[in-house]
Amino acid sequence: MKILVAVKRVVDYNVKVRPKSDGTDVDIANVKMSINPFCEIAVEEAVRLKEKGVATEIIAISMGPKQAQEQVRTALALGADRGILVESDEDLQPLAIAKMLKAIVEKESPDLVILGKQAIDGDNNQTGQMLGALTSMPQGTFASEVNVADGRVSVTREIDGGLQTVNLSLPAIVTTDLRLNEPRYASLPNIMKAKRKPMDTFTPEDLGVDATPRVKTLSVEPPAERKAGIKVADVAELVDKLKNEAKVI
Amino acid sequence: MALDFDSAALYNEKLGPEHHSWREHLRKFLAVEVEPFMDDWDESGKIPDEMWKKAADFGLLQLGYPEEFGGISEGIDQHYLNILSEELGRIGSAGGIASTLLVHGIGLPPVVNFSPQAIKEQVVPAVLAGEKRISLGITEPSGGSDVANLTTTARREGDFYIVNGSKTFISGGMGADWISTAVRTGGEGGGGISMLLIPTHLEGVSRTPLDKKQGWWCSDTATIYFDDVKVPVDHLIGEEGHGFLVILNNFNNERLAMIVNMEACARCCLAEAVSWAEQRMTFGKPLSKHQVIRHKITQMKQRINATQAYTQHVTQAVIEGRSNFGDLALLKVQASETMEFCAREASQILGGACYLRGNKVERIYREVRVNAIGGGSEEIMRDLAAGQYGL
Repeated sequence: MKILVAVKRVVDYNVKVRPKSDGTDVDIANVKMSINPFCEIAVEEAVRLKEKGVATEIIAISMGPKQAQEQVRTALALGADRGILVESDEDLQPLAIAKMLKAIVEKESPDLVILGKQAIDGDNNQTGQMLGALTSMPQGTFASEVNVADGRVSVTREIDGGLQTVNLSLPAIVTTDLRLNEPRYASLPNIMKAKRKPMDTFTPEDLGVDATPRVKTLSVEPPAERKAGIKVADVAELVDKLKNEAKVI
Repeated sequence: MALDFDSAALYNEKLGPEHHSWREHLRKFLAVEVEPFMDDWDESGKIPDEMWKKAADFGLLQLGYPEEFGGISEGIDQHYLNILSEELGRIGSAGGIASTLLVHGIGLPPVVNFSPQAIKEQVVPAVLAGEKRISLGITEPSGGSDVANLTTTARREGDFYIVNGSKTFISGGMGADWISTAVRTGGEGGGGISMLLIPTHLEGVSRTPLDKKQGWWCSDTATIYFDDVKVPVDHLIGEEGHGFLVILNNFNNERLAMIVNMEACARCCLAEAVSWAEQRMTFGKPLSKHQVIRHKITQMKQRINATQAYTQHVTQAVIEGRSNFGDLALLKVQASETMEFCAREASQILGGACYLRGNKVERIYREVRVNAIGGGSEEIMRDLAAGQYGL
């Protein structure tokens, strides 16, 4: 069984980002970039499926600037067998990414595509679903448990009311939630081995996709700063303030 | 742009995706296996034994050592070692972990480079697998910097050397199975010194812990006594009388590791101070908006920038085999002065919060002195540089 796993290069989750002074975007000059945590969980799940003998090959793919090969290398060190980088300096948005993933899916015919449910930069939560629509593959999103057996995958999903399990025929798409697994760190020997694993590079044009952004960001602003509180003398004053100033009761 | 640990680093054009990958996984290893326990290790005065196995499983102990002895050297360059020193600084370790868990970094190279093959096979794989430990024994109670006048003697008697004397401030000395020891086999001066691998289980070896230290609390520092210890002659490291050469060969690697770590510790202090200064409100505005604090922060960054650029320069010289030892020695001074300055200024910015144990800046502050003295004191470094520059 072949697994395609998508990894996105995002601002490291430890970085406190701030908007650019002109409000056009988040300032990412000279900040640390890492693999999106949800994507890391996707890689870990693929590697576990391979360790269980379910998967035979894992392909890690990333799309973005040339430096996104760092994230592909990280996935290779974790256990992916080969990598693909779709190189583009465009602001890649979910629809373009889904179209390019579709082109790769047609090329590689994976049995399972695993993606993070969303990336921590755009928080779009769209790519997996769009890929499902474009390829007509069944999808199990927000997975907290994944089991593959007899040509089907059963995905336990975290939904508002509790857990829901869907059973999909392969090939299928799975997007990962935070509680699916805890990703490992790769050992130095595996990092060194990853350097020798093959990585193909394409451009959006090679895949016949127009990656021009369709959605325009109008402005980016920091959250409102918290104002200093006040001390009230007694409960009566508190109730008065809540009623007449805050107008919450 | 922000001033967190990563953003405060100057761009290094020599680092590729594989270095990035190493940093990524190393950072995760440290976050899971080391960082949460550092305060406990400091307070209990030791690193638990199982950490050596974990470090070996991850590949930390093997980094840069020959593959034939179980090391990982193929494709490894100086940047991998620098990244390790840097990431240890990032989590607020200014040498305590390196001088314990990774102390083979100074004890083992003499064996790898100069011991007979049979000894290498016996020692190196066991150390790299985390099963045995090795330390370096140079400094004596009578002095450390003046290596040429050390007094521990090794007298040849048949197939053995009879060793008498003592060594002190030996990092990892309590747990070591072997000590790569500088001994006097000949006459006075540097030409009479040899390196000898002394197994600590031999009769006549005894040790006492030096556990009341200003810093490096997790490190098992020792004084070691040799009383008529019979060491087989094949334990000689390199040729008799060539000990000085073996030692010098070692020092520059140790210094570069310390340099990179000290700069990273300075940067860790900067990041901690900035993070606090942006949150803490005084007199109606954040600390970071007060001119006196802004100046402190930029002075830290200025010195860190200079140290980083200098470190990148020296690292490249090391990689290309054109090191200037004077430049390297002065870089160590630059780094320890920068760390000292940043630990001080960050402490002032953090205020009372930093006077309590259990935070990075407090630990780095108390580890300033060992870095400014150990591995060649600032004074010795300046003198060495003067000599290298032909003064």
